[in-house]
Amino acid sequence: MYPQSMQESIKKLNETRNFRMTQKIPLLTPEAKQDLLKRFHPDYIEQAMREIKVGPNKGERTPHEFADLFEAYSLIDPQKIEIKKPDIETDVLIIGGGGAGCAAALEAQAAGAKVLLVTKLRIADANTTMAQGGIQAADKPNDSPAIHYLDVMGGGGYKNVPDLVRALVMDAPEIIAWLEELGVMFDKSPDGTMQTIHGGGTSRKRMHACRDYTGLEIMRCIKDEIINRQVKIMEFTSAIELLTDEDGRCAGALLLNMENGQLLVAQAKATIIATGGAGRLHVQGFPTSNHYGATADGLVIAYRAGAKLVFMDTIQYHPTGVAFPTQIVGQLITEKTRSIGAQLVNAEGERFIYELETRDTVASAIIRECKERKKGVTTPTGDSGVWLDTPLIEIVSGPGTILKQLPAMYRQFINFGIDMTKEPILTYPTQHYQNGGILINDKGESNIPGLYVAGEAAGGIHGRNRLMGNSLLDILVFGRRAGRASAQVALGLFPNKKNSKIGLTHIIKYHQELEAIGIPKERKSPKLLPDYRPAPFKGHFTFLDRLNM
Amino acid sequence: MEYVTIYVMGKEYQVPKGLTIMKALEETGYQFVRGAGCRGGFCGACGTVFRTRDSYKTKVGLACQTVIEDGMYLTQLPFYPANKALYDFKKLAPTGETLVALYPEVMRCIACNSCTKICPQDIKVMDYVNAAIRGDIAKCADLSFNCVMCGLCATRCPAEIVQYYVGLLARRLYGAYIAKPAPHLKTRQKEMAEKKFDDEIAKLMAMDTKALKELYDKRDIEK
Repeated sequence: MYPQSMQESIKKLNETRNFRMTQKIPLLTPEAKQDLLKRFHPDYIEQAMREIKVGPNKGERTPHEFADLFEAYSLIDPQKIEIKKPDIETDVLIIGGGGAGCAAALEAQAAGAKVLLVTKLRIADANTTMAQGGIQAADKPNDSPAIHYLDVMGGGGYKNVPDLVRALVMDAPEIIAWLEELGVMFDKSPDGTMQTIHGGGTSRKRMHACRDYTGLEIMRCIKDEIINRQVKIMEFTSAIELLTDEDGRCAGALLLNMENGQLLVAQAKATIIATGGAGRLHVQGFPTSNHYGATADGLVIAYRAGAKLVFMDTIQYHPTGVAFPTQIVGQLITEKTRSIGAQLVNAEGERFIYELETRDTVASAIIRECKERKKGVTTPTGDSGVWLDTPLIEIVSGPGTILKQLPAMYRQFINFGIDMTKEPILTYPTQHYQNGGILINDKGESNIPGLYVAGEAAGGIHGRNRLMGNSLLDILVFGRRAGRASAQVALGLFPNKKNSKIGLTHIIKYHQELEAIGIPKERKSPKLLPDYRPAPFKGHFTFLDRLNM
Repeated sequence: MEYVTIYVMGKEYQVPKGLTIMKALEETGYQFVRGAGCRGGFCGACGTVFRTRDSYKTKVGLACQTVIEDGMYLTQLPFYPANKALYDFKKLAPTGETLVALYPEVMRCIACNSCTKICPQDIKVMDYVNAAIRGDIAKCADLSFNCVMCGLCATRCPAEIVQYYVGLLARRLYGAYIAKPAPHLKTRQKEMAEKKFDDEIAKLMAMDTKALKELYDKRDIEK
C-alpha cells in the first residue's frame, strides 16, 4: 500500500501513460553518456575511494570499504599456527558453493580429481540463486559470438581482457546446451525455440530465461548433480587464509568451521576461489541486492598471498533496487521488467532515459533525476526513488504477463500489499556487482601458481561494467574452465613440486608490511558475515569469538 | 517508535513495528550463521514457523519476506532432515514410474493438503504431488516451478514425502526430455565445431579501442 503522499505522483504517472507509450527516447550519444557517468555515477565520487597502501595493488584506488579489508590483519596469529600434518588432503579445493564453485567441482571431479568444496553458508546460498533476468548466449541465427563480443567490450568500456571475453562468448552456446541436458527449464516455444529477449546493452535478443527464477533454476539443477555425483562438500566452513609453499605456490587453505570455531588445515594441489561478490560491504552506504555472505573474503585472502586484482575502483549499481517498502530496500528488481516493457518515470510522470541503456548509464540517470533535478518520489522515510511503470507490461505484453514471467517479483510486492500489475514500483540503484576482482587468464588461473578463480571474485572479463545476463554465463564458463585446468594440475599433467613445506609465511610478511605503515592492530579481515545488530550487540558476541576459544 | 512484542522460541522481546522477522531477530541480538541466506526470498534458508494469539493455526513465512505481528510466537527451521534419491540423471526416463521408483513414498499421500497450506511460496504442493502420482511430469514441473526448497512441506507431511525433491526431479526430467531441444542451439553448436566464428573474433581481438568503438557505436540493434 502506498501512502497518500506517494499516491499523488502515481496519478501523474497514470495520466502520462498513453503519451509515453508512443514516446521514443533515443540512445544517448557516446559523449552524452560519458558526461552523465562522470557527473552522477558513484564510481566517480573522489572522496569515496583511497589508494591501497599495501600489497600487489599498492597505489591503486578502491572504495574505502575494500581498502579497510586489504589493510587489515589476519583473524589468526600466523606465528602461533604450526602446520605439521594437514587435517585434509585433496587434489582440488574449491572455496565457495555458488554457481561457479559447483560448476568447477563437477568438471574437476569428472576429470578424475579428488575434490573438496567448502562454503561458509549452504551450497547454493549465493548470488547465483538470486539472479533473475537471464543468461546470455549467441545461439540464434541473427546473432553470433562476434556480435556478442562487441556488446561485451562496449558495455565494459573497452577495458575488458580480450582473451577472457573470447572465452565467455565462444563457450556460451555450449553452456546453454549443457544446461539443457541438465534439465534446466528455459522459457521456450512449443518447437523448442528459446524465447530470448534484450538486456541493457545487448544488440541482439540473446537473454535466455526461466521465468524470473533463472539463477535459482540453474542452481537447483547443478546442486542436484553435486549431490548425485557425491562431490565431497563441507557447509558452514569458510576459508580464512590460503596456504603457500616455499615457492609461493598456493597449497590449500586454512578453514574455519563457522559453528564451533575449529580450524582445519586443508592441503590441495590446486585451489579455486569462487567466493563471489561484495555487496554486503555496502560501499558508500548503498543497500545491496546481494546474498548474506557477499563479503569479498576470497579477494582478501588471495591478496595477502600476492594475487593481483583489477578494476577494483568500479562497482556495478543495479539501476532498479527496491526503494519502497523499507523492509525490502535494496532487493533487486530484475532488468527483465524493463526488457518486457516497464518504463522509468519520475515524480512528474516523465520518462528521462531510454530504459535499456547499460546499467551504469541507467543508474546514473536515476541518481541525476533524484539528486540534481529533484524529480524523485519521496518515501515516508525520506528516501528518494523513481517509478518503474509495471502496469505498462500488462498493456504492452498482454494481461497475465507479470504472473507468468515475473512470479518472484509479484510475490515480493504482494506480500506488502502492492499489486505491481496495477500499481508501479519505486526504485533506486542498489550495490549489485563487483565488476573487478582477481585477474585471471582464460584457464581461470591467477598470477599465483596453483590458485584459480571463477565467478564474481574474478576480474577482467567484464571490464568496467558488466551487462545483464553475462554473470550467470561467466560463472559457468570460468567455473568449468577452472575446474578442468585445476584437475589437470592435480592429476600431474603439469609438474608440481613435491615435499615443499606449506604454511602461512606470506601472512607473517604481510603483517610486517601492515605494522610498518601503522595499521591499527584491531583491524581484521576477512569479514565472513556482516553484523546488522544494533548497539550494544554490534561487534560483540559474534560467531568469531569461537575462533579465539 | 512503535514497538510490538514477539516471542523468539518462547522468549519475549520488544522490537520496532514493521520489521521483517529476519531484521527483528537481529534487533534482539542474534547474528545469523544458520537461518539466513540470500535475504531476498530466493534461497529458502530462513523458513520460519509461527502462531499468533488470534488463531489456532500454524503459519509460516520466509523470515526475510515476512513482517512481524504483535504477539507472534516464532521459531526458525533452518534445516530439516530429508533424503534425496541419488541417480544417474542421463539414464532416467521421463515417466511417472521413474518418480515413483526413486520416491516410492509419494504413493502414500493421503491428500491432507498440509503441504499446500504451509508453503510460503503459495505453491499447490499437493496438486503437484498428485501430478507426480499420475505420471504427469509436465504438470508437476510447472506447478512446482516457484519452489525455493525451504523444506517446510516435508516437515508437515504425515506420509513423510519429501515433496520438493520430487518436484526438482520432475522439473529436470521435463527440461531435459519432454521440452523440445532448441533447434537453433544445435545449429550453432555445429557452427562452433566448424570454427565458423574464429576468424571474426580474432579480427575483433586485434582491433584497437578506437576501431572497436566505431564498430560498436554504429552497430544495428534488433527491434
